[in-house]
Amino acid sequence: MSVLVYVNAPEGKIAKAAYEAVYYASKIAEKEGGDVHVVTYGSVSDDSLAELGQYGASKVMVCRELSEENDQKLTAIVAAAREKCGAKVIVFSFDPSGKVVAPRLSAKLKAGLVSGATSVPEIDGARFSIRTNVFSGKAFATYQVETEIKIISLMPNSLKPEKSDKKAEVESLSPSLPEAGLKVVERKRQSGDGIPLPEAELVVSAGRGLKGPENWGIVEELAEALGAATACSRPVSDIGWRPHHEHVGQTGIAIRPNLYIAAGISGAIQHLAGVNNSKTIVVINTDPEAPFFKAADYGIVGDAFEVLPKLTEAVKKFKASN
Amino acid sequence: MKILVCISKVPDTTTKISFTDNDTKFNEDKVQFIVNPYDEWYALVRGLELKEAQGGSVSILSVGGADYDPIIRKALAIGADDAIRINAEPKDAYYTASQIAAFAKDKGYDLILFGKETIDYNGAQVGGMVAELLDLPYVSIASKLEVSDGLARVERDVQAGKEVLEGKLPLVISCAKGMAEQRIPNMRGIMAARTKPLKVEEAAEVEALVGIEKYSLPPAKGDVKLIDPENAEELIDLLHNEAKVI
Ligand SMILES: Cc1cc2nc3c(=O)[nH]c(=O)nc-3n(C[C@H](O)[C@H](O)[C@H](O)COP(=O)(O)OP(=O)(O)OC[C@H]3O[C@@H](n4cnc5c(N)ncnc54)[C@H](O)[C@@H]3O)c2cc1C
Ligand SMILES: Nc1ncnc2c1ncn2[C@@H]1O[C@H](COP(=O)(O)O)[C@@H](O)[C@H]1O
Repeated sequence: MSVLVYVNAPEGKIAKAAYEAVYYASKIAEKEGGDVHVVTYGSVSDDSLAELGQYGASKVMVCRELSEENDQKLTAIVAAAREKCGAKVIVFSFDPSGKVVAPRLSAKLKAGLVSGATSVPEIDGARFSIRTNVFSGKAFATYQVETEIKIISLMPNSLKPEKSDKKAEVESLSPSLPEAGLKVVERKRQSGDGIPLPEAELVVSAGRGLKGPENWGIVEELAEALGAATACSRPVSDIGWRPHHEHVGQTGIAIRPNLYIAAGISGAIQHLAGVNNSKTIVVINTDPEAPFFKAADYGIVGDAFEVLPKLTEAVKKFKASN
Repeated sequence: MKILVCISKVPDTTTKISFTDNDTKFNEDKVQFIVNPYDEWYALVRGLELKEAQGGSVSILSVGGADYDPIIRKALAIGADDAIRINAEPKDAYYTASQIAAFAKDKGYDLILFGKETIDYNGAQVGGMVAELLDLPYVSIASKLEVSDGLARVERDVQAGKEVLEGKLPLVISCAKGMAEQRIPNMRGIMAARTKPLKVEEAAEVEALVGIEKYSLPPAKGDVKLIDPENAEELIDLLHNEAKVI
């Protein structure tokens, strides 16, 4: 079956999660035979769009008239692209842009939406089922989508794309757009040009055990040596030791990197809610009874102030010899 | 300003999760339910602050059975003026959104506020669907909201940081961290909540689009492998050769 993917490319740059979504769509299309179409907007170059072919897209429709991430206009372009290619499955990334457009489109098309999918749907005749994580990662739910058109929001970092050397055909899309009710009046870019946390494959995180913001150098050094993003527990961002966008957990962001290293974090359930889908968890804590050890794959009972610099050294040595 | 805040009921995060009916239903036995934190801490409190500063009213809306009444009373105790419960099992996001939209359609709300997502199923769907059904603009994951002279200024999360949007009321907004600070209801609020109006309305006829077929629990996690603090290199070696993550 043909699949349509919504790709968000703010400021002309395609996000990593979008490549994953295209690759994921190709896995669905493969099942029943069909093509992967992409719909996007803005100033992203034709070359970058053609490269989506490497991830399985055969055609990319781009609406150049639209440059802002506007909820009503984006819904209109995805609906127009769907109409044009006849896809029965539409894939979004479960990221800020997908969270705006996918529900609007679902209501517009009366198409069932499953958020936060972590694996390729099972398709068996009329049955179309998708598994997601629920209850803060404590269980899975298998959803059954009852409608003819189906919408899926893919959880970032759920699969690793493999590339081919194909190129996608790029064509323009100029549907009639509704009036925008909202206008962007200001953009605030995240400070620092490090790896955005939701996309990071490796994350080094620290909590109140670090005692104060002046001690974060050892966390950043390990992150840098690994090529990892940094994160923190909620109290740490609440008291302003670290920026809010680093706060992970139930009330912050949920991440699922391949490696999550937590130093000086107790492992409260609300913290675990945002990280326990990580593939591998390493915990460093002075207290052998810290609850986080129960959720960890590897643990070091020890002082973060001594252990983190040693890990950094070990990583540097490892990188030098590999 | 006329404000509607939609709240949902979720199990407390510390809940032990289990299932019944052949793993097709969540076992609610002995589960402590709370107001979804995003709805309570951010949507409701910001709604109340706007009302306190500029006048108007804050109404609570839930789609659910009588089991929702305790969490609705909690929201009234925090300061909402009145509440409506649409008497129906919230079957899926579209079903819930359709009920909310059908109710709100001709009531003239200036703001319809939601939480960013529920903490049990993390759908992040209902707000956007209501916006579409009512043909209103939608801001999701909003971290700031100011209103003056019928014009709203909203800050929201986007991929690369934050964006500030402006638009005329009415608007539909889903609220996240930054919007407001949690409020603890006081004794007076709790007493007052008992007599505040809670209207129960019949549900509209709507079909659900998705259903949950079954639940499962993840395989039990193996024991943690402890590494000596002096032996950082062993950990790096395990991460490379065993876990294969670096
Ligand atoms: C509704 C609700 C939502 C919440 N949402 C979140 C959320 O999204 N994210 C979140 O993180 N929290 C959240 N919390 C808070 C959560 O319950 C915990 O309070 C918080 O995660 C604790 O942060 P922490 O582990 O950094 O600090 P602490 O609990 O103070 O733990 C510090 C840890 O550091 C260890 N330590 C001390 N010194 C050292 C040292 N030198 N070396 C190594 N280890 C050391 C200690 O043994 C301890 O385990 C929420 C709470 C509630 C009620
Ligand atoms: N049964 C319900 N009744 C009223 N509002 C709800 C209900 N379920 C969800 N909501 C609202 O919709 C938001 C998003 O929910 P969800 O799409 O399920 O993640 C919640 O934060 C609530 O504000």
